[in-house]
Amino acid sequence: MHLLVIYTVDGVVNGMVYAAVALALVMIWRATRVVNYAQGAMAMFTTYIALVAIQHGATYWLAFVIALLAGFVIGAVTERVLVRPVESRPPLNAVILTLGVLIVLEAVAPMLFGGQTQSFPVPVSNVDIVVGSTDLNVSPFALFTVGAVIVAMLVLFVVFQRTTLGLRMRAAAFNPEIARILGIRVGRMLTLGWGLAALLGALAGLLAAPATLLYPNNMDEVLVLGFTGAVIGGLDNPVGAVIGALAVGLALSYVSGYIGSDVAPLGGLVILIAVLMVRPQGLFTLGRQRQV
Amino acid sequence: MSSTLVRHGLFFVIIAALLAVLTGLVFDAYTNYNVAGIAIFAISAAGLTVLTGVNGQVSLGHGALMMIGAYTTSVLLQWHPDLPMLLALLASIATTGVAGAIIGIAGARLRGPYLAGATLALALALPQVPTHFASLFGGNQGIIVPAPAAPGVLGAGFPPDQWLAWVCLAAALVTLFLLANLVRGGTGRRLRMVRDNEVAARLAGVDVARTQVLAFVISAVCAGLAGSLFAYWVGITSPAGFTLNLSLSLLTAIVIGGLGSLLGAVLGAVVLVYLPVWTGGLASSLNLASNVANNVPLAVYGVVLIAAILVFPRGIAGGIASARQALTKTVGSRRRASTLPGAPAP
Repeated sequence: MHLLVIYTVDGVVNGMVYAAVALALVMIWRATRVVNYAQGAMAMFTTYIALVAIQHGATYWLAFVIALLAGFVIGAVTERVLVRPVESRPPLNAVILTLGVLIVLEAVAPMLFGGQTQSFPVPVSNVDIVVGSTDLNVSPFALFTVGAVIVAMLVLFVVFQRTTLGLRMRAAAFNPEIARILGIRVGRMLTLGWGLAALLGALAGLLAAPATLLYPNNMDEVLVLGFTGAVIGGLDNPVGAVIGALAVGLALSYVSGYIGSDVAPLGGLVILIAVLMVRPQGLFTLGRQRQV
Repeated sequence: MSSTLVRHGLFFVIIAALLAVLTGLVFDAYTNYNVAGIAIFAISAAGLTVLTGVNGQVSLGHGALMMIGAYTTSVLLQWHPDLPMLLALLASIATTGVAGAIIGIAGARLRGPYLAGATLALALALPQVPTHFASLFGGNQGIIVPAPAAPGVLGAGFPPDQWLAWVCLAAALVTLFLLANLVRGGTGRRLRMVRDNEVAARLAGVDVARTQVLAFVISAVCAGLAGSLFAYWVGITSPAGFTLNLSLSLLTAIVIGGLGSLLGAVLGAVVLVYLPVWTGGLASSLNLASNVANNVPLAVYGVVLIAAILVFPRGIAGGIASARQALTKTVGSRRRASTLPGAPAP
């Protein structure tokens, strides 16, 4: 019972990090019909930028903001410079393009920052909180992780659902042609959407790094698990993606807790395949099915 | 059909004779080693070309299929050190073919990003298996694979590097010969039809799912053969040899070479083997630090991949085809230029 509580808390905390990645993937998918396979590498890169800032005397919070802004810039530049030219081409082009970005970032990071694994600081303690003599099995950093992702999601929800800018972005993603006729700068909206998604990814990178440690491939697995969550929920459905990512977090936490941590990626694969066998479009996808 | 067969057969026999002379008389041991590598990656990339270029299914997990082939050979050799190489190759082809069928059946229901994501998960998850089941697969240290000995007919002093290069080249030529005929024939037409328009393919009586599974099995068999040879070539089979980078390199190779073209797969394999050699030489002559020098090839792959998509989406093979077209324009070539295939919705 005690172990179950520990694994559940771990699963929720990791699941929230996967949820941030999943949501970033869903935002980009909805806007431009591209899966950004470079999302994990972008987050790794911005986390390195934060680490450099800290090593040069910045506080954690300043580095935190710098990383988020860097994420925004990398995402926006990638959309504007690389993805835009292939938008009208067959989708395979964009897939290979984001893989190219992934490869470049993972090759350039060790050139700039050194290839060795580095530790990444936490802003608050990651030792479990003890009240009286009861261990609550949850650390301040775990609470911070969950809180930060929830805040980011709420902010994005308000921006997308309650502001004119969000309405424009949704219109641009939903029907670029009509949106353009209505006077919306569709290209600018897509760039903004990529920027915001990459910002969310950068947040995930900052929250994942203390546990995974920081090295050029540290976000590969997080990306795949976030993607798994997004696929389980349906790539079109932000709420589904978050639920899916939490489910992945919990399932993997139980697998690595009760079976062994080295089989966790295998567990992710099994979940992904199982879900895709039952529902090739994800569990929560609404609307039209692909018909042949 | 039969004239195509004869033409392809003649072409490959001439190439084989040429390569036998080059590897035997001209090349040194190091070049033979690299030639063997090119042959191995050409086999794997050609299989991926059939799957991704011709059939339009994206696989980000082809390194994992090579891994299945390599481990089949390595484990069998561990049990039976005297196992003939041909049997090891066939066993690897069999296991990888079965794995490919399973993945293909799962993947036939998936489209675009879902398939790419599932194969990506495979590429990341499979290297965990040898780590977890260390007693069978040798854990992270890996399994030593002895170099294949040349048959006694060739004499006792026959250089092993030359023998391995011959075997790899022979395997590559046979594979490419079979694939070239397959792609030109009815199967190839069905594969392309499913890629270009599933609805039209179904209306024309093509079993879409079966065709997609077939494409996966064909490419998996190639990956298995390549993986088995890879085990002999590297000499040690460990999870570190089959990272995500291997899968991405294979995809890079077929894109740089020219997606959908078997010649492109071979050219991509040449780039894959020689790019690290060239950039490594460049890096050491520039006295770059090791953390920079080690990652130069990867960075170049990435940049070339992006540039290929943005600037020359038909790859090196497409460039060669355009040049040939320009040369024969006056004669009025009927050969149509291939374009980057439109895979269904990633």
